[in-house]
Amino acid sequence: MKRWPLTGPRLMKRWPLTGPGLTYLTVLMVVPLGLVLSYAFLRRGRFGGVVYQPTIENLTRLADPLYADVVLHSTWTAALTTFLALLFGYPTAYVIAGLPRRRQTIALIAVVLPFWTSFLIRVYAWIVLLSGPGWLNKALRAVGLGPVDVLYTDAAVVTGLLYAYLPLMILPLYASLVRLDPQVREAAANLGAGPWTTFRTVTLPLTLPGVLTGCLFVFVPSFGNFVVPELLGGGRSVMVGNLIRDQFLKARDWPFGSALALALLAVLMVLLLAQAWAARRYATR
Amino acid sequence: MRHRLLVKVPFWLTYFFLYTPVVVLVAMSFSAGDSPYAFEGFSPRWYGELAGDDEILHGLVNTLIVAAGSAALSTVLGTLLAVGAGRDRRSRLLDAVTLLPAVVPDLLLAIGLLVFYAAVQLTLGLHSVLLAHTVFGTAFVAALVRTRLAHTDPSLEEASRDLGATPLTTFVRITLPSLAPGVAAGALLAFTLSVDEFVIAFFTAAPTEPTLPVVVYSMVRFGVTPEINALATLLLAVSFTAVVAAQRLSRTTTHGAPEATG
Amino acid sequence: MRGLRAVGAVAAGLALFLVTGCGEEGSRSNGPDALDPKADITKQSLTVSIWDGYSPEDLPARVKDDLGVPVKIAHHATNEEIMAKLTAGGAGGDSDSGIDVAFVSGQYAQALNEAGLLEPIHADLIPNLKNLYPEAQKLAYDKGNTFSVPYTWGTTGICYRTDLVKQPPTSWNDLLNPPPALKKKVTMMTTERWLALPALKALGHSVNTTSDQELDAARTLLLKAKKNLLAYDDTTFGDRLTKGESAMAEAWDGWCPTSDPKIEFTVPKEGSDLWVDTMVVLKSSKNKEAAHALINYILDPEIHSWAAENILYKVPNKAAMEQLDPKVLEANAPLRMTPAELLKGESIVDVGEAATKYTRLSTEVAAGS
Repeated sequence: MKRWPLTGPRLMKRWPLTGPGLTYLTVLMVVPLGLVLSYAFLRRGRFGGVVYQPTIENLTRLADPLYADVVLHSTWTAALTTFLALLFGYPTAYVIAGLPRRRQTIALIAVVLPFWTSFLIRVYAWIVLLSGPGWLNKALRAVGLGPVDVLYTDAAVVTGLLYAYLPLMILPLYASLVRLDPQVREAAANLGAGPWTTFRTVTLPLTLPGVLTGCLFVFVPSFGNFVVPELLGGGRSVMVGNLIRDQFLKARDWPFGSALALALLAVLMVLLLAQAWAARRYATR
Repeated sequence: MRHRLLVKVPFWLTYFFLYTPVVVLVAMSFSAGDSPYAFEGFSPRWYGELAGDDEILHGLVNTLIVAAGSAALSTVLGTLLAVGAGRDRRSRLLDAVTLLPAVVPDLLLAIGLLVFYAAVQLTLGLHSVLLAHTVFGTAFVAALVRTRLAHTDPSLEEASRDLGATPLTTFVRITLPSLAPGVAAGALLAFTLSVDEFVIAFFTAAPTEPTLPVVVYSMVRFGVTPEINALATLLLAVSFTAVVAAQRLSRTTTHGAPEATG
Repeated sequence: MRGLRAVGAVAAGLALFLVTGCGEEGSRSNGPDALDPKADITKQSLTVSIWDGYSPEDLPARVKDDLGVPVKIAHHATNEEIMAKLTAGGAGGDSDSGIDVAFVSGQYAQALNEAGLLEPIHADLIPNLKNLYPEAQKLAYDKGNTFSVPYTWGTTGICYRTDLVKQPPTSWNDLLNPPPALKKKVTMMTTERWLALPALKALGHSVNTTSDQELDAARTLLLKAKKNLLAYDDTTFGDRLTKGESAMAEAWDGWCPTSDPKIEFTVPKEGSDLWVDTMVVLKSSKNKEAAHALINYILDPEIHSWAAENILYKVPNKAAMEQLDPKVLEANAPLRMTPAELLKGESIVDVGEAATKYTRLSTEVAAGS
């Protein structure tokens, strides 16, 4: 075990500098998260809040197929979003990384720009595009295709999530692709590897850390999202984020909401560990 | 050349996907009609309605107060934190602390703070959002300043000390100026993130003091109105100007450190 | 280093302030105050939480002019939302949401009162209570208006486009199981009790049932109905009907845009509910005299009828209904319902602990397929 560098006398010496920040983050982040953790083991008050009686009822309720299904459905939705983001994000980042330097900057800004219009407006845009009398159906009708009911389906939810978080996939992919030494690829090609073999055996493994980071950046906010399922799902699909939000802002069941939050955190922790494990495995290869 | 096509097609599809909604929003913001689904003649009408919408203006003012306040507080706390940790390449405590707000879902932080504020009986208001936004702001500032710190040369500080300068003088005259780009980038990031933050604000703002994203959320829930198109266009124009300005600025002041972004 | 230490101290002090400074606020006593009828209400100010679009927009300006009390309006989208804000500190009323007067539906007022969050209504400060219909003074959720004052009342029914719906609906089953042409053209409400209402009434059960069997049957019916729904919608169903996005909606009478000649409202033959939206004064309010003055002001026949004309909901105020603009009455059929007709509906009341059954039902329906 390595010793933590910031302990003992060195920590004390630096306390005037790090103290305020650490205290702040402890009070407003660690303590609140700890409270959520502990509330998962308490009983709900009849009118909201908690009653200080220990129970594991909230955790056993998680096994209820109703809630397990919601967690599963959220995992599936977030995974599909992540997959699509990778499918479109990787080639995009690949092309950008191969552009001349000036055009790289422009292409990157173009990726990030819609990202800065505010998250809610990005979601709203898709209501306008996908709704029954909306622009998608107008375009379809123009080419002689019948109207489709996309809004308020899972497809709309995935579209919205993809739109909201696609830049978070492209940026880390670009960062790892641009660092790639072009000579490595040339060497592979000189050794007679075809483009596909070069990609599979050289480019992809070397950019895997970027792939993993990008996947994490898209999966995490998609998984806990409640705005997109609400606005684009029309209340017809429930994700774990909606469930947690509803326990706190509708059902007034804080302990169960906390238990659900723990479930959410557990899934994410497993993913983080898997990511760290995979990254280390490829680094040592 | 088939493999070129294999990457070019998704590349163009991505930009098509990213910009179709933007084009529709911007175009529709100039429509005279009430319907967001049909362009009914050019008119700046919705910009007028937007300017006269007290709820949006109130939200905008609230957002700017929160973003400026939390960016200032985050910059102070985050810079101190990063400098305190020094050039240790691996400070696990700091890694953990600065990584946590980035990986913990915003929803979790939001309910945590809601529960915490209720426990200490803090009446919700703008201050509750400001304090909440400072949590992730501090983490991001610390991360950016640390990156910058790793790229600066410690020998300058040593030289300053050898020449008899006090630690404070060294800090103010040598360390801080060399960190300035990192600090500025951190402050800007904290500000931007706060402006667009919705989930935490939704949980921790007082019902009478919503931030702009919270106002937009309730507008969208109460139906689509072209007023939002006008707002989207304005936000886009502001971000575009800011990006271009930042780009110009960074080109003249630094030699550009691509690692410092993201 | 001294300068830095000072900065550190300020920041640490701020964190300390958070923990200690805010704790003090909670030690305030919360027993029922004796109100002072002679208190100078112009020195008080009010924060009122109400549904968006549920009061005339210039209400704050008029109150400021007529009573001298500055009013801040906060909006909530649903009953559940305002309940969560008001109960954030748990029961007992020791937390301050900053809200003085809240508009909530009757059964929620009942729950808030049981949680000890409401100030009893001081009838002596609201002489205009006499303007209410006698029927509105003995409503099931609060007989005698001891902790709430009715603001509007009405019923839930089916709102539809006469040009898009061939056969006018007469039964809740027409909404739950619409003809194929209306597939994906129907919306229903999602606030727990109103989500269950169409199914419970179609099955002939009470809207206040707590029987697991009856709720199970309702769930089956609602899940079947979900396949034909466009969306669950409590706030914009009227807008969708006028835009033609939907053809039929479960709707509260006042939000059915019947001023559009193509749109009609009907109460299904199986019957429906009688809901009442009320005004309550929070125990945590420091402006209780002004709060009562505001309620009294709203019950003034002229003001209350002005509100009714603006939001197109019936108000339980006899004097106000009598001076409603005939043109508005003519254009909006639901406004013409009499109290006797309304009372045919079943009053929604709070079901206590069984409320969790309705929460579960709505999650099951929303998550199910």
